[in-house]
Amino acid sequence: MTEQKNQTSAREIVCIVCPNGCRIQCKETDGQIVCNGQKCMRGKEYAIAELTHPMRSLTTSVRTVFPDSPVVSVRTSGEIEKSKLIDVTKALGQIIVDQRIKIGDIIAENICDTGINVICTSDRLVHPY
Amino acid sequence: MIQELYFDVTVIGAGPAGLAAALASDHEGAKTLLIEREARLGGILKQCIHDGFGLVRFGEKLSGPEYAERFIEQLPDSHVEVWTLSFVSEIKREKNESLLTVITREGMKRIRTRSLILATGCRERTSRQIGVHGRHCAGVLTAGTAQYYTNILGKLPTKRCVILGSGDIGLIMARRLTLEGAKVVGVYEAKPTPSGLMRNVSQCLWDFDIPLQVSKTVTRVIGDARLTAVEIASVDACMCPIKGTEEIIPCDALILSVGLIPENELAESIGVPIDFKTKGAVVDERNETLLRGVFACGNALHVNDLVDYVSESGEVAGKAAASPTNRSRGLVPVECDQSLLYVVPQRLCRNSEEMERVFFFRSARDMDNATLTVAKGEQVLFTKKFAHLRPPEMERIPITLSKKELDGNLPLRFHLEE
Repeated sequence: MTEQKNQTSAREIVCIVCPNGCRIQCKETDGQIVCNGQKCMRGKEYAIAELTHPMRSLTTSVRTVFPDSPVVSVRTSGEIEKSKLIDVTKALGQIIVDQRIKIGDIIAENICDTGINVICTSDRLVHPY
Repeated sequence: MIQELYFDVTVIGAGPAGLAAALASDHEGAKTLLIEREARLGGILKQCIHDGFGLVRFGEKLSGPEYAERFIEQLPDSHVEVWTLSFVSEIKREKNESLLTVITREGMKRIRTRSLILATGCRERTSRQIGVHGRHCAGVLTAGTAQYYTNILGKLPTKRCVILGSGDIGLIMARRLTLEGAKVVGVYEAKPTPSGLMRNVSQCLWDFDIPLQVSKTVTRVIGDARLTAVEIASVDACMCPIKGTEEIIPCDALILSVGLIPENELAESIGVPIDFKTKGAVVDERNETLLRGVFACGNALHVNDLVDYVSESGEVAGKAAASPTNRSRGLVPVECDQSLLYVVPQRLCRNSEEMERVFFFRSARDMDNATLTVAKGEQVLFTKKFAHLRPPEMERIPITLSKKELDGNLPLRFHLEE
């Protein structure tokens, strides 16, 4: 048996920042997080955020009034708390787009008090093709 | 008599590969035609509303439609002629030129083209191809079809489903369907390891507590008009179901994410030699096939996991197709042994002025601290170490090779060792 002096917890995290998908070994000792295995700083930042306040961007679709495109794709303009993914998706389920919006247009401001806007990600409502 | 139109370069398919190919060809000053059978440009990106596209190319996390738009928006400023709702029904070869019959909204047209670029993408494997047995009831669909229903038609194709296969589209759809309110009972994979990228396993399954069950497969589908359940069984090392491990899982849909195959009907119709490993055309480093003046790129060439590389492959083909040469290529074969699934390109032009050549490969199995060796006979030309290699994760590697190193008739051999 090993004697543990400090409160230590270990966890492997798969980084989702880029396609490398680094496997990051994280060790938390008395609130200090040590990371190993990441190829860049963004990996370390991701791993620490993952252990303290996990954040995600959300991509989904909202309904429109247009028969040629009954739904249009949207995403959060930045990351929101992971725990709010379902709430934000549900809130977006209440929205019906009635304008021919384009890429980057804001369809909801400060969604669910996250401080983040939801923007349109497709030009299918305005594009001739 | 139907009028014959001439183009220097004709690109078939306006997904990410075709868009990049047409723009690159136009940039080189070639008279370029882009043919798309659907009403809208962008190919499969139209329905890939998740993000993660463009990290390599633009340093941004874009959704599929946003990534496609980066290319589509360049078309009005180019001289590329774009035909949508147009279908190539036949290709004939005449000397080194290609003659196309195209069905368009204005009727049938004939095209004569010096260079032809096949950017026809890939298709999903279906239930017939993996031997799923049982009634042919509604509710058995591919992940791409489920994605089309959900993201384009706005119709949820299931309330409670089982996903068979852990390819990336299956993982993405597990998350997507969960967000839309469906219950994903689990993702079942016959192999002992997931087929998709680890980052997708993490952000699509783990984030939503969707179970990933490896070494298990669907052995039966149950239901009359509509699927009501599937039978799942564990499999042995040979992927054969083990008797006594069967369990019945009630669900209204079985969603398949069991692999993609390059689409090569047109390529095969004109006799383009196909690599049985990639199931795409055999090409040189300029993406020219063994038929002079016929190029292949994107997922039609080999199935990629990153769109950024698909665009790159289109650009390589577009640039080369715009400035063709009748000079002999002096092709050197590139081979790999069983430690790799495949390597692309499968040929190199000995007579090329360019020394740096970009290779794409996949390892045959999971490897840690692997060394890649590229050798010609006994002579080792290149080595590189990799911390992790996984078959689902394609590697891109530029290698500088001089004319002298490519001399002689010996093939270049790729080999991996742990």
